[in-house]
Amino acid sequence: MLDLHGYGPAIFKGAILTLEVAFLSLFIALLLGMLAAVARLSKNKVLNGIAMVYTTVIRGVPDLVLMLLIFFGAQIGVNAFSDVLYERYGIDFYININEFVAGVTTIGFIFGAYMGETFRGAFLAVEHGQIEAGRAYGMSAWQVFKRITVPQMIRHAIPGIGNNWLVLVKTTALVSVIGLEDMVRLAKEAAGAVHEPFLFFIPVAAVYLALTSVSEYVLKRLEIRFSAGVVRA
Amino acid sequence: MYEAIEQLLANNDIFTLSTVLEYWDGLVMTVQLVFLSLIIGLVLAIPLAIMRTSENWLVNRSVWLFTYIFRGTPLLIQLYIIYYGVAYIDGIQQSMFWPIVREAYVPTLFAFVLNTAAYTTEIFRGAIVATGRGEIEAAMAYGMSRGKCMRRIILPSAFRRALPAYSNEVIFMLHASSIASVVTIIDITGAARDVYARYYAPFEAFTFAALIYLCLTFILVFGFKQWEKRWHRHLRPLSS
Repeated sequence: MLDLHGYGPAIFKGAILTLEVAFLSLFIALLLGMLAAVARLSKNKVLNGIAMVYTTVIRGVPDLVLMLLIFFGAQIGVNAFSDVLYERYGIDFYININEFVAGVTTIGFIFGAYMGETFRGAFLAVEHGQIEAGRAYGMSAWQVFKRITVPQMIRHAIPGIGNNWLVLVKTTALVSVIGLEDMVRLAKEAAGAVHEPFLFFIPVAAVYLALTSVSEYVLKRLEIRFSAGVVRA
Repeated sequence: MYEAIEQLLANNDIFTLSTVLEYWDGLVMTVQLVFLSLIIGLVLAIPLAIMRTSENWLVNRSVWLFTYIFRGTPLLIQLYIIYYGVAYIDGIQQSMFWPIVREAYVPTLFAFVLNTAAYTTEIFRGAIVATGRGEIEAAMAYGMSRGKCMRRIILPSAFRRALPAYSNEVIFMLHASSIASVVTIIDITGAARDVYARYYAPFEAFTFAALIYLCLTFILVFGFKQWEKRWHRHLRPLSS
């Protein structure tokens, strides 16, 4: 185990935290992305509009700005809400928005927009005849969605999901800016304390590099798996 | 008109003339930083992309290593390594460069340039590799040298193919530039953080910054769409 002037174990814990943030926000992003894609493709104009504003606005604003907005803004929103509750009804209610929840929800929320566009493209890539055939067999819309559309759409979505995941992993470094004790923040503190920036930042960079390399390998395997049965020209 | 704006600003608690000017300075800083890093990154990326397609193993792999490292790690880490690391390079504090690199601006620009150069190199590499085999054979049959073929045949068509991916990289760079605020640079995000700290008004401060970025993004998207229309005219369907 790398000792790093005694900071090694703490930075290792920070690396675990980075992974937690990455996987949890991936989960939220996939969920939101699916919802956004379905809403974008639905005939309901209101849903469609909401999803379009969501995917356009979020993709047009830097992650860091959104993170700061949600982290600091949400706390003030909650404070205002709890003040009103206390004044009107005498309920003493307070939530402290912690950095972990803010970080995970923000990253999930941001990448939900990117996933939404990926899923939308993948849904559109499924041949319409397949859906018609499903309908002709007397399947309900939900059954067609579950049995025909989704399994075929995943194949088209995998490369996009993979790219988004790689960007997401690198974006998790930003949670250090809002005060989450991830490996980047710990490395920065340690580097400041012992005046050896390279000693701390290079291992952290190596962890990220390992993470993206492993992801790339896994994604390649997944792509092959989900393309089984596709005849290549 | 000017007086009306002044009136409006005077009646506003947060967006006074001085804060709006701070945002304006931030906007100038962001645009300058993004523009410079894109231009320098582009100039670096073209030879690197050509080297990346070289048949020489050493040349090819060393460029690959550069892009692999810079695309595989977060920009924030790269910025930290360069910004905090530069002071520890032996002898730099005594050299003539110290007054320049001591400020956050040059290390930040350096990190941004290397980052965008790595992404752009891979974009161009993809476009160069996708050149039709027949085009290169035709050029060879005309007796063009490798350099001439690269300059006249491969690169012009590769630029066209690279344009959509490159426009994404430009927008990515604009958004990534907000990281500069972490190392004390007052760009748009830096101005927003300043205003937030002064008035404790996160919603107003960051929403305003978000709106500026949104406008910049829309301008870029629109601009690139026009450019693509010009450059991809030959791909337009005949019917319309």
